[in-house]
Amino acid sequence: MSKPVIATASLAGCFGCHMSLLDIDDRILKLIELVEFHKSPIDDIKTFTKPCDIGLIEGGCCNHENVEVLRSFRKHCKTLVAVGECAVMGGLPALRNGIPIKDCLEEAYLRTPTTEGNTVIPNDEELPVILDKVYPCHEIVKVDAFLPGCPPSADLIWEALTALLEGRPLKLTYDLIKYD
Amino acid sequence: MTNIETIIQRHAGDPTRLLDMLRDVQAARGCVDRVSRAALAKALRMSEADVEGIVSFYHFFSRTPAGRYAVYLNTNVIAWMNGRAAVARAFEREAGVRFGRTAPDGLIGLFQTSCIGMNDQEPSAVINGVVFTRLTEAKVKDIVAGMRAGRPAAELVGELGDGANQHALVRAMVANNIRAAGPVVFGPHEPGRGLRKAVGLTPEAVIAEVKASNLLGRGGAGFPTGLKWDFCRREKGDRHYVVCNADEGEPGTFKDRVILTERPGLLFEGMAVAGYAVGAAEGILYLRAEYAYLKPYLESVLDGLRREGLLGKGAAGKAGFDFDIVIKLGAGAYICGEESALIESAEGKRGEPRDRPPFPVQVGYLNEPTIVNNVETLCCAARIMAEGAAWFKSMGTAKSAGTKLLSVSGDCERPGVYEVAFGLTVRQLLDMAGAPGAAAVQVGGPSGSCIGPDGFKRAICFGDLPTGGSIMIFGPERDLLEVVRGFMEFFVEESCGWCVPCRAGNVLLLRKLEKVLDGKGNARDLEELVAWGAVVKTTSRCGLGQTSANPILTTLANFRGLYEARLRSGADADAVLDFDLAAAMEASCRAAGRPIPSPEAHHG
Amino acid sequence: MAEIKLTIDGKPCTARPGQTILEAAKASGIYIPALCHYEGLKPSGSCRICTVKVNGRPAAACTQPVAEGLVVETATPELEDMRRALVEMLFVEGNHFCPSCEKSGNCELQALAYRFGMLVPRFPYQWSVREIESVSPRLLMEHNRCIQCRRCVEAIRTPDGRRVFAAQERSGRLRIGVDPELAAGLDEDTARKAMAICPVGAILYKEVGFAVPIGRRKYDRSPIGSDIETK
Repeated sequence: MSKPVIATASLAGCFGCHMSLLDIDDRILKLIELVEFHKSPIDDIKTFTKPCDIGLIEGGCCNHENVEVLRSFRKHCKTLVAVGECAVMGGLPALRNGIPIKDCLEEAYLRTPTTEGNTVIPNDEELPVILDKVYPCHEIVKVDAFLPGCPPSADLIWEALTALLEGRPLKLTYDLIKYD
Repeated sequence: MTNIETIIQRHAGDPTRLLDMLRDVQAARGCVDRVSRAALAKALRMSEADVEGIVSFYHFFSRTPAGRYAVYLNTNVIAWMNGRAAVARAFEREAGVRFGRTAPDGLIGLFQTSCIGMNDQEPSAVINGVVFTRLTEAKVKDIVAGMRAGRPAAELVGELGDGANQHALVRAMVANNIRAAGPVVFGPHEPGRGLRKAVGLTPEAVIAEVKASNLLGRGGAGFPTGLKWDFCRREKGDRHYVVCNADEGEPGTFKDRVILTERPGLLFEGMAVAGYAVGAAEGILYLRAEYAYLKPYLESVLDGLRREGLLGKGAAGKAGFDFDIVIKLGAGAYICGEESALIESAEGKRGEPRDRPPFPVQVGYLNEPTIVNNVETLCCAARIMAEGAAWFKSMGTAKSAGTKLLSVSGDCERPGVYEVAFGLTVRQLLDMAGAPGAAAVQVGGPSGSCIGPDGFKRAICFGDLPTGGSIMIFGPERDLLEVVRGFMEFFVEESCGWCVPCRAGNVLLLRKLEKVLDGKGNARDLEELVAWGAVVKTTSRCGLGQTSANPILTTLANFRGLYEARLRSGADADAVLDFDLAAAMEASCRAAGRPIPSPEAHHG
Repeated sequence: MAEIKLTIDGKPCTARPGQTILEAAKASGIYIPALCHYEGLKPSGSCRICTVKVNGRPAAACTQPVAEGLVVETATPELEDMRRALVEMLFVEGNHFCPSCEKSGNCELQALAYRFGMLVPRFPYQWSVREIESVSPRLLMEHNRCIQCRRCVEAIRTPDGRRVFAAQERSGRLRIGVDPELAAGLDEDTARKAMAICPVGAILYKEVGFAVPIGRRKYDRSPIGSDIETK
């Protein structure tokens, strides 16, 4: 029987949640035995070529490309997991959510202390379009499980992954649920 | 310009009269500015932050200039049904300023306000305390022209209403619209007869008579009046108080306005009866700010009663019964109709409800035993003393004795006040009002229930459909869910904000409702409306939050099909339907000069 | 004085006259979750998290006095879900970004969410626009995190009784305003007390924070209320 397939992505995140995933110490050897990694920065597979069992999403959606990646994860993954504060509630990038995006862009590109001469807000069509605010993943697609934390501890990620792989409910002890 | 110190002195520097001071400051300076707040804080030994807290609580106080003419246009749903949109546009056009703002020249400010008690003559507005009814674009044009000519608001009123609305001290455009005069409130009454009979008895006997009459509170909650008086009388205190709740704020009700206009003597007599029964020397009429135009007239009625010996020292000829009444004005806050919030407001504070127990009968105005009764309740009490409990009980139903004043508005031929015996069916009322084709009736205001034709056989009484008297009728052409949205917007705005479920929960209910109305809902959203509504209802601190979900919950129960028709058809219960990528991209594309994305096909 | 007998979730309890249900429960080793409540302050009944059913009717345990024979329910699935809903409402009403908060680990709102096992609020985030205010040389007011519990309104006053913190506005616009002049005059102890009494990270004493390492903070290891339950 083939191994369960996992895909991961970091959207508007800092890769800290991926680091925490790698922080499961020697359990990583067991994980490699248990699962196959598909589209993920961990193995640098860039496109989905088959359906996956579990999708781990780090980060919320701050631009249209994030939304497209998230939607493609939803399409390809049986179970979608929001990993970390940014995926769950927007996190640090969402600190801008109270500020109109026009002001954000102007502040970042036109009014910086180092801005000189005629500058523009970058508008190359290759660049992802930034959204009006940073969205938690579940406000864009259905999300099946949430792992809070900044980052979620390696133990929480391990517990969640093994629970999902074994098809049992999450056993979240008090020390595993943390938002910081 | 009136000096702040003069205003403070006028009200004896008494902190319980802070609202009166703020009212005077607002009138004199067009706002309660920082300087005024600081002066008031200093004089009353409060913090400036606290004074600002009180100023910012009430609709009719502002911290920035509201204009030499401050126009408060009613936002009630009935006003919209009667052409409010065109009137609002006319105001903006003529005044040259948008709603929510004051014109740069400081002449006119335009503001929205919740129901002002004129549902039978909408659209209406309050301008510098003067009520304008049945507004049209033409009337607005004249009014604004008058403002530009510098004429006082009182000079701009059109044709006066009927009855005491024409009194020299009132001179209001307001019409009474009494469509059915019943025997209790509008029946013939010899002034003072109830009070004289009462003072001939012991206070205990008066309470016994009121208990025997089975009089239940007319504000809507239906608490037995005699029992309330008994509780209050038994409480020990330095002094007892009688407070009349004339803060009629439940959208759609206006019957107290008509009582205050046409039967103020009866009301004051009822307050005196109550004062005698509970052992109070002071009565307070807490009058909503929207009815301030009646205050000079009501003061003159009080003066008359004093001259006749029905109020004051040895009232009604009873040695030792010294009872008098003062009028305190509100400043625009629906929550002040809640009795403990009303007491807080009467004490000059933010109108935030108190925790109960202790109840006002134990710890009320200035922490003394206090009864708070509705205008109509007190009128009934005076009539019960005059005519006897048996007479009163001969009307109505076994559980709901007497008559009820109903404020009828909306899609009917004869909007106005109806005094009817309890037990009348909704269908009978609709026939009286000329609304044979009604599709829905909101009984008891937004906090009551919305019923459809299936429910028209139900009776208006405490056992079946209890109501403070607000009856709003909607014809088949109305979009009932837009009505529900309007009611939820009302509760969101009028929540005092004290407790979490009411402050935050009502906002979440409104957002969810809007999601469904925007066609972005699925079956799960309807389930969540019910579940979230139950949380707000169960955990809220006072009656506002305990009933604010009713517009949604009762229409979901009685008109579920209307909601189901708005759901995204064929959508999976788990689908996320309200994220719109193109809309989310639009602002930054504009800012960066990139092409604006076209609306995307639905993802889910 | 006569003892009052009541039951809480079927457990017979005794109470003194004048106690609230919350106090009586605590004395009997039963923790009723609460947030705005602070021992020694007049309860404000604002958070409603301590909602219990008293003889079948909902009431706030922090304001409801005990009475003979009361039947109190608290740990029912219905009430526990409502409490969690109230905590979740607060998480979406304000902007609670725990990783950057000085109070994280010592925050009572966060601690309740941990205790209730909240992974994500059921409600959509509101992204309210609020400000951070420097209110005095000693204090910051982080309105994004303020839950309007009113502890500071009640507790922090000048020697002559004036309120330094005051409720302003109403509805969803409700905010706790700070009197700049009075706040500037607060002595160091009172300013520190203001931060300590705030259940969340809204009132901050400047230039402190993050002093206790993760793992050793108040709610890192044991849930809020466990001190009451282990008595």
